[in-house]
Amino acid sequence: MSIFINSSSKVIVQGMTGSEGTKHTRRMLASGTKVVGGVTPGKGGQVVDIDGTSLPVFNTVAEAMAATGANVSVVFVPPKFAKAAVIDAIDATMPLVVVITEGIPVHDSAFFYAYSLQKGTTQIIGPNCPGLISPDQSNVGIIPADITKRGPIGLVSKSGTLTYQMMYELRDIGFSTAVGIGGDPVIGTTHIDCLRAFQDDPETTAIVMIGEIGGDAEERAAAFISEYVTKPVVGYVAGFTAPEGKTMGHAGAIVSGSSGTAQAKKDALEAAGVKVGQTPSETAQLMRDVLGR
Amino acid sequence: MDLYEYQARDLFEKHNVPVLQGAVATTPEQARDAAAKMGTKVVVKAQVKVGGRGKAGGVKLAVDPADTFEKASAILGMDIKGHTVHKVMIAQAAPIIDEYYVSILLDRSNRTFLVMASVAGGMEIEEVAHTAPEKLAKVPVSAVEGISLAKAKEIVAQAKFPADVADQVADVLVKLWETFQSEDATLVEVNPLVKTEDGRVVALDGKVTLDENADFRQPDHEALVDHDTANALEAAAKEKGLNYVKLDNGQVGIIGNGAGLVMSTLDVVAYAGEKFGGMRPANFLDIGGGASAQVMADGLSIILGDPDVKSVFVNVFGGITACDAVANGIVQALELLGPKATKPIVVRLDGNNVLEGRAILNAANHPLVEQAETMDGAASRAAELAAK
Repeated sequence: MSIFINSSSKVIVQGMTGSEGTKHTRRMLASGTKVVGGVTPGKGGQVVDIDGTSLPVFNTVAEAMAATGANVSVVFVPPKFAKAAVIDAIDATMPLVVVITEGIPVHDSAFFYAYSLQKGTTQIIGPNCPGLISPDQSNVGIIPADITKRGPIGLVSKSGTLTYQMMYELRDIGFSTAVGIGGDPVIGTTHIDCLRAFQDDPETTAIVMIGEIGGDAEERAAAFISEYVTKPVVGYVAGFTAPEGKTMGHAGAIVSGSSGTAQAKKDALEAAGVKVGQTPSETAQLMRDVLGR
Repeated sequence: MDLYEYQARDLFEKHNVPVLQGAVATTPEQARDAAAKMGTKVVVKAQVKVGGRGKAGGVKLAVDPADTFEKASAILGMDIKGHTVHKVMIAQAAPIIDEYYVSILLDRSNRTFLVMASVAGGMEIEEVAHTAPEKLAKVPVSAVEGISLAKAKEIVAQAKFPADVADQVADVLVKLWETFQSEDATLVEVNPLVKTEDGRVVALDGKVTLDENADFRQPDHEALVDHDTANALEAAAKEKGLNYVKLDNGQVGIIGNGAGLVMSTLDVVAYAGEKFGGMRPANFLDIGGGASAQVMADGLSIILGDPDVKSVFVNVFGGITACDAVANGIVQALELLGPKATKPIVVRLDGNNVLEGRAILNAANHPLVEQAETMDGAASRAAELAAK
């Protein structure tokens, strides 16, 4: 098992004919993901050959789903067109939409998130995220597939490179699923959604949760862990040295006044019984201690 | 991007939110002329992006143009919590009967928009929320639905605005929503929203924060950027398209890939620096996924140009980026910089093609560059070098 995606996930790529879309479609295919087609409005009917795999291009997500049976969409379209692309996927009742695009105006992501709630049939991951991977099963997004293998650890993180770093630190043990939920102020899937799924996933035996400054998602996750999660959780929070009022790379990574600080998040997690590492390596070591390996 | 009060006033005016006359001045002469043009008593208000300017003496009433000149002279150049006052706003003074509060903001916790409204305006809204939460109405607004007149009336009723201003306040809310949405704002706040002696409802002071991700469809926003008070290094980095933030009291320059990893790098350096007399990170710099030689050279030149920096830590995890490409980028960047590169550089590469990357740096054998195998080890070494 794994969460959100597995070996039977059928994936379409929105924006497959663009340079980023093509590059990452190639990587997803190479890691064994069942990519079954792409969507680019106006290019429907074309067929794209990627390393010997012929992939049909459709004008809409609904057409792509009807023709291929896809149940996951990954979005690589530029910020300007991302809102329309995600709405197209929601209208088609695509069950899972993974939005990789960075730099989407927050009014657009707030809109498509609210729209997905109204329709009630689509889960969004991201935007501004690296996607997710269930190693040796399916890889949706841009996470390198060769860092590690399938295993018992579940990982949820706001940050892409910290996800890679943690997967690398624990590569000998392996992961059930690693989810990059994204660093934007409004995201479709939260730490809590992933924690719940990992708790309910029999393959996952322990969870790493990586957070960063901004908002109160980690504090909420800590409260959720107290009431719902019985599996061991270790945590890491980035941004202790971030000054107040400065955006640190991710649009959502900002300490506002006294809220959103790394210390508050660490304190909340520790109060919920989560062991929090001071560096990524120390966090990995805490996981090793938990698993006895 | 946070706007100055006068910029917020102008945006409100553009979207038909009722405001009083206002003008911005950078000299006492301009202030005097603006007051003369208005022909009324005016308020001279320091333009700084920090609260508490009233208490600091940054807001003064002026009875005539000559007085305006005097008050502006006193306020311009004043230091308010570390912010130097470069501009004052000359605002028409009006007799105030009542003060209210309204704002529309992005509510991250609930992933929606939120209206806050209160008849207890004028003071810090955090204080109202704390001391008299029953006086603060908080109403979620769906990004899909927005604020219609009916929704605005609902909010006004919930906040218990008096009947004589209810319709005007509802109208203000609809127009503020138009401002919020069409300007891609993440905050529009009016505090206070006032009732004047003649019964009008007017936005007297405002705060607006704009979403920089929307710059591509907001061509007018470029003109609102405050180039005067920007840090010189940050301005230079922005010109090169680099994601850079200067940090105070730091000695270790940082370059990394990915926002989370770079934030983490700063923390690890500060942690390691405790053992070396309190060395700290001097900046945040995320060179992103690409990490070409040019980007690396641009990044290194900004950081080496920072007089605070005593050593540099380049921390890259090769996910999609290959470490050999990053290593080549570093070597070429040092060639491009030539004698301008003068400070020791500790490089930690890991991930995709790491062995090839390390081999390239070993072969180049640059006298300033040394490698470390782990992030923690590299941070410690960079802090040690900075302390020398």
